[in-house]
Amino acid sequence: MQVDVFRKRRNNALIFFGVLALLTAGAIVVTQYDVEKGFTSLGKAFVWGAANLYPDVKSLAKLPDILAKLRDTVLISVAATSAAAVFSLALALAGSRATRIHRSFTLVARGIASFFRNMPLVAWAMVLMLAFSQSSLTGFLALFMGSFGFLTRAFMETIDEVGDSSVEALKATGAAYLHTIFQAVLPSSLPQIVSWLLFMIETNIRDATLVGFLTGTGIGFSFDVYYKAFNYHAASLVVVVTVLTVLIMETVSNTVRRMIL
Amino acid sequence: MMEIDESIEVWGKMGKRDGGNNLRPLIAKPLDRATLAIRLTLFVLAGMTTYTFLTLGSNGVNVAQATAETLSNFATMFLHPYSHHLTVWDAFYEVLITLGLAYLTTVLGGVLALFLGLMAAQNLAPKWLTNIIKSFVAVIRAVPTILWVLIFAVAAGLGSTAAVIGLTFHSVGYLTKAYSESFEDLDRSVIEALRATGANWWQVVFQAVIPSSATYLLSWTFLRFEINFGNAVAMGAAAGAAGIGFDLFMAGGYYFDLHEVGLITYLVLAFAIVMETAATYMKRRLQSGE
Amino acid sequence: MTLLELKNVTKHYSPAVAPALADISFSVNEGEFISVIGPSGSGKTTLLRTINRMVELSGGEITFAGVSISRLRKSELRKLRSKIGMIFQHYNLVDRMSVIENVLHGRLGHKSTLAGILGSYTLAEKEQALRIIQMLGLDEYINKRCDQLSGGQKQRVGIARALVQNPKLILCDEPIASLDPSSAKIIMDYLKNISRDLGITLLVSLHQVDIALKYSDRVIGVNRGTIVFDGKPDELTRERVSEIYGFDAGDLMINLGESEGYAS
Repeated sequence: MQVDVFRKRRNNALIFFGVLALLTAGAIVVTQYDVEKGFTSLGKAFVWGAANLYPDVKSLAKLPDILAKLRDTVLISVAATSAAAVFSLALALAGSRATRIHRSFTLVARGIASFFRNMPLVAWAMVLMLAFSQSSLTGFLALFMGSFGFLTRAFMETIDEVGDSSVEALKATGAAYLHTIFQAVLPSSLPQIVSWLLFMIETNIRDATLVGFLTGTGIGFSFDVYYKAFNYHAASLVVVVTVLTVLIMETVSNTVRRMIL
Repeated sequence: MMEIDESIEVWGKMGKRDGGNNLRPLIAKPLDRATLAIRLTLFVLAGMTTYTFLTLGSNGVNVAQATAETLSNFATMFLHPYSHHLTVWDAFYEVLITLGLAYLTTVLGGVLALFLGLMAAQNLAPKWLTNIIKSFVAVIRAVPTILWVLIFAVAAGLGSTAAVIGLTFHSVGYLTKAYSESFEDLDRSVIEALRATGANWWQVVFQAVIPSSATYLLSWTFLRFEINFGNAVAMGAAAGAAGIGFDLFMAGGYYFDLHEVGLITYLVLAFAIVMETAATYMKRRLQSGE
Repeated sequence: MTLLELKNVTKHYSPAVAPALADISFSVNEGEFISVIGPSGSGKTTLLRTINRMVELSGGEITFAGVSISRLRKSELRKLRSKIGMIFQHYNLVDRMSVIENVLHGRLGHKSTLAGILGSYTLAEKEQALRIIQMLGLDEYINKRCDQLSGGQKQRVGIARALVQNPKLILCDEPIASLDPSSAKIIMDYLKNISRDLGITLLVSLHQVDIALKYSDRVIGVNRGTIVFDGKPDELTRERVSEIYGFDAGDLMINLGESEGYAS
């Protein structure tokens, strides 16, 4: 009996790792990933990086320019997140168990959230580019769409977790629908909602680089320009500045989180 | 209202405590730290958002016209998906390549992150080591994926090899954090008990730490797989990696073929939603403790 | 004087399962302290919630203070609910808000939408809330957040929230089921005081027979959605208890004689 259990567990583990290995091999074939080149170029990249990828004195002249772009990127990320949060909150309230107006709203809200969340950022950026061209609005709208989907889902889960007990109590005192939202649901879920907001801003600053790359705006565009001009010192300055921004943002949001949760 | 008030007055006189006018100062509501922090955060964000809306130029774009145009573009894209350059099977195969990229980077990242995560967990490693690893992966995470890919592309050339390494880097940063936190959730006493029997570090790790956090590790890894799928699409578009992202970029940015963008988008959406559903299912099973 | 009357009340949650309430009829006089006892799942909770229409009836009629409640429109329903307080097993407070804010929530039924959203209350309302808080011995905690309180203190906040409504009736849904014995006694004593001194009618669902006997003027026993006992505590014999609870009554009966510990 006992032996069987151990054997079964060992067999399960073997099957698990076997499938894992098989899928890995399949993935290597399909993607035409060159394992050897991967390893050698990893070393090469470090050698090259150490030799070229650092900001030199000359590149510091570009700093004001880079900082201006960075400012745009940060502002767009914050604005896209905040604007999306307003719409997300409304949709999440309509779809959450405790606050929904009708049962069917939950499914609809989930569907909308899933659509916006899973739609590739690239597709938003490409389509928005066609009409809005290389303006900051393109970046803003692309980030807005993705954030809207993600935040709706996150807010719905948050509101569901808070539960409906205090809503029930307020309803029983004769409170109106909006009273239950402003006096029970929001006070209970606001800390978590703010925490999600900060998380989304962090993510958006990183994603803004990608969107900027595709739409020619912000810090992503700066990197692209220097990179394509082989000005690696300036490009690395962009990386350093971005890393510092994200790390500062992370520290700030961790501090805020500690205070509110 | 008066009836109850009067009765309460009576009750008060029945020996408990005298309700006087000295109560009024108590009504002043002190703000606690949490409420203050929340309000301040929201205020700052609202301020920044307003400032952004007021200052960020639209670069000469007519917003109303562009919005209308975009809506009609969405209509074309979603209502008439059609392919000119790709057959549906080609597109399907391209998605498979993207999935392969996502899978490969998740597995590679997961294996590396497992070791780094053990070294970053405070209950398993000395403090100086956890601090080094944690700061190291924090920096890795802070670099956007696209920058990693392009940095490696200088050495490996644009293509899947650079994409795999770049995506793996970011996955390592993300998963190390997630894994180490899962390890830290493990009860200290379990480790202590095993240590007391004379088990060495590796035995503790493989007999207690990994088995008891396995479900969390799997769920985090799957979540990362989902993220990597999205990233792989993006890298195809922005860094010339193979896969459906590249086709999306060509259709949208080169041929301006909205019908094809629509088809590709639907395909990617379908895969992503299947994965999301699977992840939700896994999470639910995890929460119900199976 | 009859305050509340239930006539042939039924409730089906789903046509596939047996009804949660089947043909319930009883009436409640003003000022009565009534305990509703019965095994879990017998319909006690549903019964209380039909009275303020937190659960909609499937059939029958309920009259409260001369008004039939089943066909009230939205605003009339709010008015009805504002006259009926409710106390919950899990207190159902907004944990992150202070005691005084939670107590003032009891006034929301009387407020306009905007005033309620902003949480602005009149001085008279605040003073009344303070008097009630003081009466319940919570004055030290007025500005404390409710997640910092013990279970017994939270339930007292729940009682205060109900009292600030100036209710004619308070429905108590298992008010002491989550409390330790000494907190439970404090809460039951407060409920008794409320009934005796403020003349508020109480309908309390309980699962401890001994406590029901000790505190109430009248006991209603429910089993599988029907009333199997309705009478004074001293009429509740061993046989009737086993009728309410089924076969496990033997254990419960031991408590019948030992309930002195809960005297008020």
